[in-house]
Amino acid sequence: MRQQEKYTGRLLVLEIIAILLGLIFISPFYLVLTNSVKTLRDILVDAASLPSTIHWSNYSQVWNIIDFPAAFWNSFLITVLSVVFIVFFSSMSAYRISRRPSKFNVFMFLVLISAMIIPFQSIMLQLVRVTSLLELRGQLYGIVACYIGFGMPLSVFLFHGFIRTVPIELEEAATVDGCNPYGIYFRIVLPLLKPIMVTVIILNTLWIWNDYLLPVLIIGGNKDLTTLPIAVTKFFGQYTKKWDMALAGLMMAITPVVLFFLTLQKYIVEGVTSGSLKG
Amino acid sequence: MKKSYHFQKGWGPQLVFMGPSLIFFLIIVIVPFLLGFYYSFTDWDGLDLDKAVWTGWSNWHRIFNDDDKFWESFLFTIRFTVVGVVLANVLGLTLALLLMKALKSKKILRTIFFLPNVIGGILLGYIWQFIFIKGFSTIGELTNLPFFQWTWLGSPTTAFWGIVIVFVWQTSGYMMVIYIAALAGVSKDLIEAAQIDGARAFQLFRTITVPLIMPAITICMFLTTSNAFKIFDLNLSLTRGGPGTSTQSLAFNIYAEALFNNRYGLGTAKALLFFAAVSLITITQVWLTKRKEVAA
Repeated sequence: MRQQEKYTGRLLVLEIIAILLGLIFISPFYLVLTNSVKTLRDILVDAASLPSTIHWSNYSQVWNIIDFPAAFWNSFLITVLSVVFIVFFSSMSAYRISRRPSKFNVFMFLVLISAMIIPFQSIMLQLVRVTSLLELRGQLYGIVACYIGFGMPLSVFLFHGFIRTVPIELEEAATVDGCNPYGIYFRIVLPLLKPIMVTVIILNTLWIWNDYLLPVLIIGGNKDLTTLPIAVTKFFGQYTKKWDMALAGLMMAITPVVLFFLTLQKYIVEGVTSGSLKG
Repeated sequence: MKKSYHFQKGWGPQLVFMGPSLIFFLIIVIVPFLLGFYYSFTDWDGLDLDKAVWTGWSNWHRIFNDDDKFWESFLFTIRFTVVGVVLANVLGLTLALLLMKALKSKKILRTIFFLPNVIGGILLGYIWQFIFIKGFSTIGELTNLPFFQWTWLGSPTTAFWGIVIVFVWQTSGYMMVIYIAALAGVSKDLIEAAQIDGARAFQLFRTITVPLIMPAITICMFLTTSNAFKIFDLNLSLTRGGPGTSTQSLAFNIYAEALFNNRYGLGTAKALLFFAAVSLITITQVWLTKRKEVAA
């Protein structure tokens, strides 16, 4: 065993440097938070000081202007539905590919993986065409369908890498006992996949929750489906700078995902690491 | 090869297990991707989605002979990618090395450095628009430092660095997490043996740590390269490509061509070129860094 490192003067210097870096890193959030409760006049006079009086009305006004509950609900619903389907479909395929690597399945796996390199901009215009044709545009199920399609490659890849390490004996035993393939998958395989499932859920949740361009293109004119990131862009027109409203809107949009991160921190960092190291 | 049991043979399970993912994947990703090859030879305007007249090589001709803006944004994207990738990885690795030490504030700092990553590029761009326009000018008044008094988003050079700053701020925490995982896997015995042999800190880092974490370097370089090269959200919300079109990224140029100018056909041709460039750059990069990896 290594002995505990002593807390030396050198470490103290490093600690101070690290803390200073940390302060620089969060200072943008500090400025957004403090100014979001100031009046526009106070922001323009001095954006660095703490607010003299806390001015909550920015928040209540923005809450109504963007219809926060509706925008939040849309983002939530789109994210949850997409992630649930992604987890089911991608784990099933990864399982099949792994346990029955026929020529077709292996080929499709390679196509899926290769597709990860395609940038969204190379697909988006034609996607508008295809989704209009299938009457998916402006619909909740339409945008969810898009996320399922785009979520497939990485998720199948992650599940596939994990399933390869799961011993096959349990499933064989279940087969002998007369369990059908669906029973094996739902009762035996799926529960075993929990660790990688957490990673898949987190990576997809963060991406879908924050996504901007796909909803803009697919939701299009349907105002009833406006998501949080789209709602907030309202306050950032090119010429009018109503910072008080804009900053309160920004705070309202980032708070849910920051809370999500702070509560699930450990899993998010693990998920990101295992996602990247395998992907 | 793994043996498969007889229950999984047959069409039923194949359809149930493979069907849903393949249907969504093919319709949403593959079909549109392939359609791009057709549309890039048409005058598709996006307004009338059905009408797209075959125009042969004219889109391609136009891109290569008569579209300076496209090549300017290409150049901007390459410059941005090189600078952004180097800085994000240097800072990410530095933070990781720093937080591997027995600091008391280690846990909270990891959280802080990673935080920008959970927020989307669109919102980060807006946050920094405020910082650059109002935050910096206030700090400039208080401190008289010229750095904070520049009109950051007002000139092409500072706007370029503005996007770089935000990109590095957003990305380095993610890279830090990957580097920390890699550094944690470096054998303590090797480091101690080298220390006994008299290796200095920098020598130790260069000859032992770096070769051992090379796989993580490959991954981080890959992620930052492809993210930087595809930059869109941040670009849109922070500078809108401005001033003028001086900070327009490739992805943004394609978007603007289609949605502002209604030239979808031309946009798809550019998008295919974009795809080719992304593939070429990321594959080359992975190939180059892979060669430096050692078998651990």
